[in-house]
Amino acid sequence: MATESSNILEVQDLTMHFPVRSNGLIRRVTGHVQAVDGVNFSVPAGGSLGLVGESGCGKSTTGRMVARLLKPTRGEIRFEGDDIANLSSRELKPLRRHIQMIFQDPYGSLNPRQTVGAIVATPMEIHKTVPEKNIKARVQELLEFVGLNPEHYNRYPHEFSGGQRQRIGIARSLALQPKLLVADEPVSALDVSIQAQVINLLQEVQREFNIGFLFIAHDLAVVRHFCPEVAVMYLGRIVEIGDRDTLYNRPLHPYTQALISAAPDVAQAAVGGRRERIRLEGDVPSPINPPSGCRFRTRCSLAKDICAKVEPPLLQVAPRHKVACHFAGELGKVPTRPVTADFLGVDDAGNPVAGKQPMPGLESPDFRDTWFDLPPQG
Amino acid sequence: MTMTPHEDRVVGEQLLTVKDLRVHFKTHDGMVKAVDGLSYDVARGQTLGIVGESGSGKSVSSLAILGLHRNTNATVTGEITLGGVELLTLTDEEMRRKRGRDVAMIFQDPLSALHPYYTVGAQIAEAYRIHNDVSKSAAKKRAVEMLGLVGIPQPDRRVDDYPHQFSGGMRQRAMIGMALVNDPGLIIADEPTTALDVTVQAQILDLLQKLQKEFNSAIIMITHDLGVVAEMADEVLVMYGGKAVENGPTNELLVHPQMPYTWGLLSSVPDITSDPNLPLRPIPGNPPSLLSPPSGCAFHPRCTFAARVPDNLCSTTVPALEQIEGKTFHLSRCHLRDPEAVYHNEVLAEGPAGASAIAAQVAGVLPNAPRHLDAEGGES
Amino acid sequence: MFAYVVRRLLIGIAMLIVMTLITFVLFLNNKEAAVLASCGKNCTPAQKVEIAKTFGYDQPVVVQWGKFLKGVVVGREFPDDPALRKSSPQLVTQCPPPCLGYSYKSAALVRDVMKDTIPVSVSVASVAFVIWLVLGVLLGIIAALNRGTWVDKIIVGSTLVIFAFPTFFIGLLLYIFIALKFGWVPIPAYISIADGGIFNWFMGLLLPAITLVVFYMAGYVRMTRAFVLETSTEDYIRTAKAKGLPARTVIGKHTFRAALTPIVTMAGMDLALVLGGAPITESVFNFNGLGKLAVEASTQYDLPINIGIVVLLSAFVILANIVVDIAYAFIDPRVSVK
Repeated sequence: MATESSNILEVQDLTMHFPVRSNGLIRRVTGHVQAVDGVNFSVPAGGSLGLVGESGCGKSTTGRMVARLLKPTRGEIRFEGDDIANLSSRELKPLRRHIQMIFQDPYGSLNPRQTVGAIVATPMEIHKTVPEKNIKARVQELLEFVGLNPEHYNRYPHEFSGGQRQRIGIARSLALQPKLLVADEPVSALDVSIQAQVINLLQEVQREFNIGFLFIAHDLAVVRHFCPEVAVMYLGRIVEIGDRDTLYNRPLHPYTQALISAAPDVAQAAVGGRRERIRLEGDVPSPINPPSGCRFRTRCSLAKDICAKVEPPLLQVAPRHKVACHFAGELGKVPTRPVTADFLGVDDAGNPVAGKQPMPGLESPDFRDTWFDLPPQG
Repeated sequence: MTMTPHEDRVVGEQLLTVKDLRVHFKTHDGMVKAVDGLSYDVARGQTLGIVGESGSGKSVSSLAILGLHRNTNATVTGEITLGGVELLTLTDEEMRRKRGRDVAMIFQDPLSALHPYYTVGAQIAEAYRIHNDVSKSAAKKRAVEMLGLVGIPQPDRRVDDYPHQFSGGMRQRAMIGMALVNDPGLIIADEPTTALDVTVQAQILDLLQKLQKEFNSAIIMITHDLGVVAEMADEVLVMYGGKAVENGPTNELLVHPQMPYTWGLLSSVPDITSDPNLPLRPIPGNPPSLLSPPSGCAFHPRCTFAARVPDNLCSTTVPALEQIEGKTFHLSRCHLRDPEAVYHNEVLAEGPAGASAIAAQVAGVLPNAPRHLDAEGGES
Repeated sequence: MFAYVVRRLLIGIAMLIVMTLITFVLFLNNKEAAVLASCGKNCTPAQKVEIAKTFGYDQPVVVQWGKFLKGVVVGREFPDDPALRKSSPQLVTQCPPPCLGYSYKSAALVRDVMKDTIPVSVSVASVAFVIWLVLGVLLGIIAALNRGTWVDKIIVGSTLVIFAFPTFFIGLLLYIFIALKFGWVPIPAYISIADGGIFNWFMGLLLPAITLVVFYMAGYVRMTRAFVLETSTEDYIRTAKAKGLPARTVIGKHTFRAALTPIVTMAGMDLALVLGGAPITESVFNFNGLGKLAVEASTQYDLPINIGIVVLLSAFVILANIVVDIAYAFIDPRVSVK
């Protein structure tokens, strides 16, 4: 599903480190929570990239940085080609029109003392995108589009159900006709029968207004349904990114494989009982002091010496597929020697080889026309 | 036409029987009929999955089994028989002695369900001591044992940790340990994995299933996740608007669903194998108000098939929960004629989400991902 | 924990120093007013100059403040004017550290004036504090347990009604009926434990203590009730019930422990305030406590004593804050004070 259109968003080496302070007499900075640590990805104009991962993987922090609710520690966020990572809040104001956010909690993200009309109208008033006298009509138009009764513009959020409130949030985010929507768990707080309504609405929004989506969710099936391209995050890093068919059917990273196999499957009803799955033992390590080398190695059944010594780069291995694993391979077809060693200038155990340098520019936000073929396995 | 479910089902020892349970709350705005005529039963060693949306009455009905509506503004009527004892006629003190000993509960969010100010060990030990006349040190030993049983590493050390020092998965393990500490016959798990990450969810579901075999307890698994139900439950009860609308063995009910609400649930949830190019088929509208529920079938305002039933029957008459003809045990509450044909010819024909994933699995067609992944990574 | 306490104490001392500066600026920045306060309306210009010189009011306020701080740390001599000290050595008073100043009106060191009043206020305050805390919390829990019933209404209603009466009225009522008319307790008077033993000490201050209890308890009843009710909707309380714990354990242990944090906060601040004296109560019962001293010092424009009392009260409040924060760590294991 390669899109010909250019990217609306390109993110390079995006990093967020939150300082941790000591409790001593003088509160020194003793470490950093490495919430996001050098991620690269892109979102095509009018397309969707899904960001999945478990709590603490950094997917929400990534979303907040892209919407510039957070200032990244390092890295570039190129929106329509311009780097917005270091803009001041005044410089950001015109940009806010174009990047909007939809939040998980439809209860907490609407001001209970404002009418729905005011909530949806406020962005237009602030940015003066619509003449004063046309605002009401525009608000009603938006409410109607998201499936609410336009006559209800002077009601308050508590008079609406959860699903309707999420529709209000969507109407607000559409008020400025954004080009990119960051949707952080937009349906996970909703009842199952309502989730589908909201997902369909978001798809309609995307088609109608040609909006790019950074779609953040923990529900693998929802992300798969919404996004042609999906990135999997673990402990602040993207471990695998690819088009959905490849990623869900032939994942190459052991974490992606475990994640997909862990999802409960309604189709199992036809067979009965639990299906066999890859079990991950233990918990995600602390992001303050993540494991050396590959961050997943402490829970990985494939881990070898090299994994502790060298961090695997996110290598492109197919037209729309990148993976960050020294032993990337389909389930049951694990390569015998690290696939990355040659590019990184190290031997199979991860020790530097004299005279060999790591190949430059292994990672990029976008997919390239050339890629690294994984050695044949079997 | 009796409301008593599954009289022709071949069953083992029914540990819990709920008959015509009603939980009504008196509020300023009127009577909220949160549970209205609910009947089901569960056998030892079996898992019943109760599925429904918020306000369907699935949690309220389970709290009634624990007697947690006593001394509130709720009126509970009907029969709840646990191990041959009628619970609703017990005194408060007798009911209290059953709580935690004969029936225990696991809650959704283990962080808020554990007391933040007491150690995990102290909370488990407390649950043990209240029903067993043992010393504090013996109870603590038991707590360590339970933590070990539920897979907490170094249980003798972690027993003195506070809940906030545990990860989410460990907290839920501790909750399970606490629920099992008195070896209750019945465990009610209210969305036990909803607050957890998917890999942790898999761990917890595995653990629950392993411990169920060990303890031979009955489990009521309340969830909105049909995937969890499909993998965990022997039987499914679908609730809507305080009533059971469909009840039957998991395999039967999810493969041959009879009630349009169940169809809606199956069609609106994407599956990791369903075709992403087909739109989801959401259930239109919103869950019903319990204060002023719709007349007739509570689902009829959202039901796309109600128009097919003659004489406005759906909006005037509450359909009975009836045995489907030709099935051993499958109850459904619907006026629609020949729902099986409607489901297969019309609903499935649109190829919606979860429903088609099940159908594909039944047909042996594996449209997408490898269905079975074993630990060695081979496909099977 | 140790580092935390040290850090908090250092911050507390810094706050106290700032507090004294503010007090000095407010009281002594206007030289004319300070002088007038000391010698009255009919002062002659010559008297004014002399007083200003004696008391040191002629110096910039920052200098006066610096001398005060120096006095606290190393002590100082009065009168402030070195020439005067030299010419009339018989007037010189040594004020060893911690020196809080010298009251010319009382012709005594501020410290010595306050020293006698502190045990009185502290005794009344601590007895009152214990009674109102225990009673208030207990009644609050009982009210919460019986929410909406007549028990609840009577407890909340009656504490509020009593609270609404002015303190001096309650004090007088108690004095006249309990002590004078019925003679259930001896005439209220402060008898130190050293002089009369614990029983006489307690009986002597019972009525003023009860007067304070009546005033403070209502807040505790209402807050305990509110927080117990709020906590009882928490998931972990449902867990406790689901375990099969009896209601009294659920309330007395699980609910109460969680509701303790706000109660401790309020108790800490109230104790600090009441330790600094209860002017009306002390006046009604003629107890020479800090509160009564503060009132007298104010009416007589005795600035040094006022400053001393402000410093002491601020110290109480700052200290109470630190104690409350440390108490949090004992109540709530999630709070770390390493």
